[in-house]
Amino acid sequence: MSDILNALVAITNFILIPATAYGSQLALGALGVTLIYGILRFSNFAHGDTMAFGAMSTILVTWWLQSQGIGLGPLPTALLALPAGVAATVLLVLVTDRTVYRFYRRAKAKPVFLVIVSMGVMFVYNGLVRFIIGPDDQNFADGARFLISARDFKQMTGLDEGLAIRSSQAITIVTAVIVVAFLFWFLERTRTGKSMRAFSDNEDLALLSGINPERVVMLTWVLVAALATIAGVLYGLDKSFKPFTYFQLLLPIFAAAIVGGLGSPLGAIAGGFIIAFSEVAITYAFKKVAGYLLPEAWEPDGLVQLLSTDYKFAVSFVILVIVLLFRPTGLFRGKAV
Amino acid sequence: MRTVFLFALVGLLFVVTGFTSSWNVALGIFNMGLISAIMALGVNMQWGYAGLFNVGVVGFVALGGLAAVLVGMPPTPDAWSAGGPRILLALLAGAGAVVATIALRRAMRPGWSRALATVAVLVVGFFLFRAILDPAVEAIEAVNPSSTGYLGGLGLPVLLGWPAGALLAAGAAWAIGKTALGLRSDYLAIATLGIAEIIIAVLKNEDWLSRGVKNVIGLPRPVPYEVDLQSSESFVARARDWGIDPVTASSITVKLAYAGLFALVLLALLWLAQMALNSPWGRMMRAIRDNETAAAAMGKDVTARHLQIFVLGSAICGIAGAMMVTLDGQLTPGSYQPLRFTFLVWVMVIVGGSGNNLGAVLGGFLIWFLWVQVEPIGLWVMELVTSGMDGGNPLRQHLIESAAHMRLLTMGVILLVVLRFSPRGLLPER
Repeated sequence: MSDILNALVAITNFILIPATAYGSQLALGALGVTLIYGILRFSNFAHGDTMAFGAMSTILVTWWLQSQGIGLGPLPTALLALPAGVAATVLLVLVTDRTVYRFYRRAKAKPVFLVIVSMGVMFVYNGLVRFIIGPDDQNFADGARFLISARDFKQMTGLDEGLAIRSSQAITIVTAVIVVAFLFWFLERTRTGKSMRAFSDNEDLALLSGINPERVVMLTWVLVAALATIAGVLYGLDKSFKPFTYFQLLLPIFAAAIVGGLGSPLGAIAGGFIIAFSEVAITYAFKKVAGYLLPEAWEPDGLVQLLSTDYKFAVSFVILVIVLLFRPTGLFRGKAV
Repeated sequence: MRTVFLFALVGLLFVVTGFTSSWNVALGIFNMGLISAIMALGVNMQWGYAGLFNVGVVGFVALGGLAAVLVGMPPTPDAWSAGGPRILLALLAGAGAVVATIALRRAMRPGWSRALATVAVLVVGFFLFRAILDPAVEAIEAVNPSSTGYLGGLGLPVLLGWPAGALLAAGAAWAIGKTALGLRSDYLAIATLGIAEIIIAVLKNEDWLSRGVKNVIGLPRPVPYEVDLQSSESFVARARDWGIDPVTASSITVKLAYAGLFALVLLALLWLAQMALNSPWGRMMRAIRDNETAAAAMGKDVTARHLQIFVLGSAICGIAGAMMVTLDGQLTPGSYQPLRFTFLVWVMVIVGGSGNNLGAVLGGFLIWFLWVQVEPIGLWVMELVTSGMDGGNPLRQHLIESAAHMRLLTMGVILLVVLRFSPRGLLPER
């Protein structure tokens, strides 16, 4: 009996909790991609680097707060710095929109052209982040490390297997729930949110009913910048901040948005969790779990790992390909064909 | 006229570098410029002729490099006897599972039973593949891991690796094109981004194949070695006659030999690309690019033509990758950065002029030259800007240290400015 409990605890500890946290981060990232796709109608390749920029601004403010001795006690100081990071990122994307994207929007450029433009923006953001903070790992997490540590859990329950919940994971999940709830309230209930959805569903009808397109676009960028910064900071708190990893997040984030259906916010969230759970479960070595569940004679010699963690990108890729082959509009019937 | 003038200008840049720093440096940049021009040619076929958005260039380049290693390096007989046949068997099993799946899907009617059968075949195939592969990999990597630990290559002349690189890249491009072409254009972009990440991950981690991050070094060369030239009496005598130091002369000779080989490939490809562009086939491609619906209505098979050109363009990137590994004499999987390859090549194509082969070649040389030179220029600018501050000022130190990252910023700005003010590039399509 306790073997089964131990196995369940191990699965929770190594798969469920990390994947939920990772999934929340991906979902927030994918929401940004999907909003841009819905309103501005192109795939924004600069999104990963927008996240990096947001995280970087937050880190800089965090360092300043830390040097001033201001903190949140058990919570990481980065949460206090988050609004400043969001503000900086909002400013950056609005300036970008004014100087770069607006021209092509007015010229009614083809979407693929905008994708190339976003690639140029990606280059610039990437260079900016490396220029300001450098290409190396930065650590900015502080406050309590664990909500429940593995040792406490073992003492509490008397099981062999420990269950640890890092505070960064708990914060990620709580923040993601709050942010998503706010976003959906905004999109579903407020007048502005409704105008955004109307614009996304049918641009011509929205224009006819007197919705100001520039205002919708501006609001979209503000929301996207906030989402990107929050996702970037949460990912940085949970793992670590390195500009290049944010660029690499582009693939799982796009996979999440496409799997859910580009343009569909609900799909982005579902996609984020699908990608995260598959990635973590497929790259987890099940040796420990098998050791608890199987009789000793059957215990496997190897790690019982389907794929090594180096291939975690392959997981999002394969899911992406499966969806592209069998349901190109995504699970939630996005607008892409 | 404009073409000649711009090419002369870029040529002048190299000549100036030759006089101001050294001919060795200038030729080094020129050789990579030739390779960059070939990559740009490949991407220009995909984007300029057909409007396909490939952001996986780095993956195809890396595959080309792998091909050069697999063809050019001597085989490791111990490793082959330890696990070679088993590796081949595993690959066959994997391929068999995929073929079986496709056959199954053709034979059965759509429905739950077909879905279940597909999944079952794939899962069984995967475990079979891993069961054969894993022990073989372990056996191979155990063979003298510090110097080999991989299967080695075929031991053929490394020049044969160039067409092999094209084939390997073309194969990968075919698989990815089959999946993603015919869908939205952004989907191809994301799919290629993914396949590139996976190819790089395979190269980094499959030590039995490519030695992973331990790098394959000492690839055989198609040109003589500097040391051999320096010990050849006739060469030293000739260098003396010319009044050049034999060491410098030998490295310049080697670089010139490479430049000759690369220029030959570039000219051949350029000629082929121009012929293709001006043929009925090229006109059809442009017609498809400009209006897919109209071209389809005229009876052109848009998806098939897209697949064709996607494979061709990727093959050219593969050749360039094989050439680069040949030039470096080593395969370093850790150095394949998407920003350095994929996106830089895109800047080359856009700046040079998409749809114009000569433009792509020009962009390849120009942007590669800038990429190399921006770092010293950035450093110089930073020192100029901060010269008013005192030496210990942390801001000054930070700015000077970060000057290296000016490259990405500059390239991004160049790309955005060209896209905004001259979207057809330096040499517009005629």
